[in-house]
Amino acid sequence: MNSNPIYIAGLGLISAIGRNVAENLHALESGEAGMQAIKYLETAHRGEFPLAEVKLSNEELAALTGVVDGRGMAPVDVSRTALLSFIAAKEALASAGLQMDAGAPQPRLRLGMVSANTVGGMDKTEEFYRSFLKDRKKGKLRDVVLHECGSITEWVADRLGISDHLTTIDTACSSSANAIFFAARLIRHGFLDAAVAGGTDSLTRFTLNGFNTLMILDREYCTPFDEDRKGLNLGEGAGYVLLVSERVAASLKTAPLARLAGYCNRNDAYHQTASSPEGRGSFMAMQGALENSGLQPSDIDYINLHGTGTQNNDLAEGTAIKRLFDPLYPPMSSTKSFTGHTLGASGGIEAVFSALAVQKDLIYPNLRWRTAMKELPFTPNTGLIKDRPIRHVLSNSFGFGGNCSSLIISKP
Amino acid sequence: MKTYIRAIASISPAPAKVGAPFGVPTVDEPQEQAAATLQAQGPGPLSNRLKAIEPDYSAYIDAKSIRRMSRIVKMGVAAAFQCLKEGKVAVPDAIITGTAYGCLGDTEVFLSRLIEQQEEALSPTAFIQSTHNTVGAQIALMLQCTGYNNTFVHRGFSFESALLDAVMLLQEGEAKTVLTGGLDEITDASHAILQRFGLYRQPAAGAGVTAATADGEGAIFFLLTSEPSGKDQAVLEGLDTFYKPENVEKKIDLFLSTHSIERTEIDLVLTSADYKHLCGDYPTASAFGLATAVGALGGAATGKPKRILIHNNYLNIHHSLMLVSAC
Repeated sequence: MNSNPIYIAGLGLISAIGRNVAENLHALESGEAGMQAIKYLETAHRGEFPLAEVKLSNEELAALTGVVDGRGMAPVDVSRTALLSFIAAKEALASAGLQMDAGAPQPRLRLGMVSANTVGGMDKTEEFYRSFLKDRKKGKLRDVVLHECGSITEWVADRLGISDHLTTIDTACSSSANAIFFAARLIRHGFLDAAVAGGTDSLTRFTLNGFNTLMILDREYCTPFDEDRKGLNLGEGAGYVLLVSERVAASLKTAPLARLAGYCNRNDAYHQTASSPEGRGSFMAMQGALENSGLQPSDIDYINLHGTGTQNNDLAEGTAIKRLFDPLYPPMSSTKSFTGHTLGASGGIEAVFSALAVQKDLIYPNLRWRTAMKELPFTPNTGLIKDRPIRHVLSNSFGFGGNCSSLIISKP
Repeated sequence: MKTYIRAIASISPAPAKVGAPFGVPTVDEPQEQAAATLQAQGPGPLSNRLKAIEPDYSAYIDAKSIRRMSRIVKMGVAAAFQCLKEGKVAVPDAIITGTAYGCLGDTEVFLSRLIEQQEEALSPTAFIQSTHNTVGAQIALMLQCTGYNNTFVHRGFSFESALLDAVMLLQEGEAKTVLTGGLDEITDASHAILQRFGLYRQPAAGAGVTAATADGEGAIFFLLTSEPSGKDQAVLEGLDTFYKPENVEKKIDLFLSTHSIERTEIDLVLTSADYKHLCGDYPTASAFGLATAVGALGGAATGKPKRILIHNNYLNIHHSLMLVSAC
């Protein structure tokens, strides 16, 4: 079935390092990280942890969407998760020349949306619950309209005129890698011609406090794959690719940017939140993606690491890489050193970074890295590399519940 | 290529026949079943909330885990294990779940404490178990199943997406056996909120429970295979989802023509109204609909339908079609 290539024809991004693909790329090339002291999230933990927030208020994000909604709910009242998703999904469509307005006649191609997020409209549910806890008749219902993960996808799809196939995935931090991979299979099986695929998550008190109870938040800027790493920085954003069939790719005005060459989903089956020390699930996901793409480890020119910066993840992922790649390691880096860990959005954001890497022949730096991990014979790449062709990128996304997925993104 | 349904296990509000905790009612006596469902709720005013009848979990889960797991996790794990037992498969090649609300109980616990304790001195337990993939992950962990594992969370399409993923995996040859389930729970808070949205209006006395009036829940798992075993319960011939369709009838005709089937070749059409009085209405009730349809299949020799089309409708937003036939 992999004989039918799946192309990436459009990219859309919003993260702590930029409001669109161009701004993100500029920050990656100039080494500008997106973490800072908490500015937008209302939380008791201000001053305690840095966050990689998108540097716009909900009002500014609502304005950026350009959505004028006559259906009773102004964009400014909508979950931040939906606003981020809309901005990036719209860019992915527009960049491929597929922008559609709701109500406009649908083109003949069957367009779907497979998105991911981990807590739906929790940012607004938190507001609702404060009143609801005191009195079950209180709390504005409009604040829970988008509570469900799937309603975020629908809010966006409705406003982009996408309706042929909608679904949403939550496998924690691997969610949007699975969304991209599922969308590709829907196209291969003939259910769709094109799909906007990726994920979104906004910062919420729920997730910040949840990760805080697990004691894996770094109080400084995170240092993935460093011996002295102390944890992760949470981030927010959304990242989408527009996947198209070979037939659709041939009909577009611009050539496809990249190709989704391989994918694999495996489970670590070790612990609800921790990875097995040997990275059993990560190893199988990377190995499976290579098999699926028909590539050898030596074909990989860059690994975009999951690289959260926690003791546990980086050791498990590093050990799995050692087993699969030893003794020849491709350059690798964690772009979470720029964007923080954007949870359900990370696989989507990093798929866009990977597509840009093959399109523009780039390897991004792993910021703030100083000391090699004593268990590993390799170190991450610390500077911007732009001196060689990047043919194949391996992008890792591993999450709670042992959910491990790897994607391979290649030149078209 | 055919998809075989080898085994089904259901935890739902519907009382099972012959006392088995995981059975699925047939459509033979829906009114009696509905009456029995109401009776099982105990005395009191007519309820607009149907609670799942839960089994004795000690047969499936150790005592320590029973205390630790939330209700939806226990329901999901028990239904999954019973399904594998009935299908005589120790470890499936893949585990795929669909849940619109996920682990509501633990989500509410963590959210409430977060607010009440002003973000201080929180315990991680509820947060860890609040993610939507907890049930799929727990099943994988308990079975040591390292295969494909996915969780769909798209409202009234959650179960259908999981089922579609399973069918595609079997067709791709990526798996030979897939455990797929649809599950959702009602909590006091979710019931209160959904009622405020105008769902599940309190029925008038004596009106009976209908699809429109009862909140429901359940955990229903299916063991799907690409190869026949000789003991399969049904063949899943096709499925599709339709988001806010303008013309449902047209979609049904298109679905049938895609599968090269005439209307006359369908022996029974099972709609939401035929089973939601048994399980209540909830986003993944289509899993109960599929189980009910499989239970009603028989074929010519038995005088029961040989082929059933299930049309699930959730809030007139999410429509799905599933086509099953006797083996």
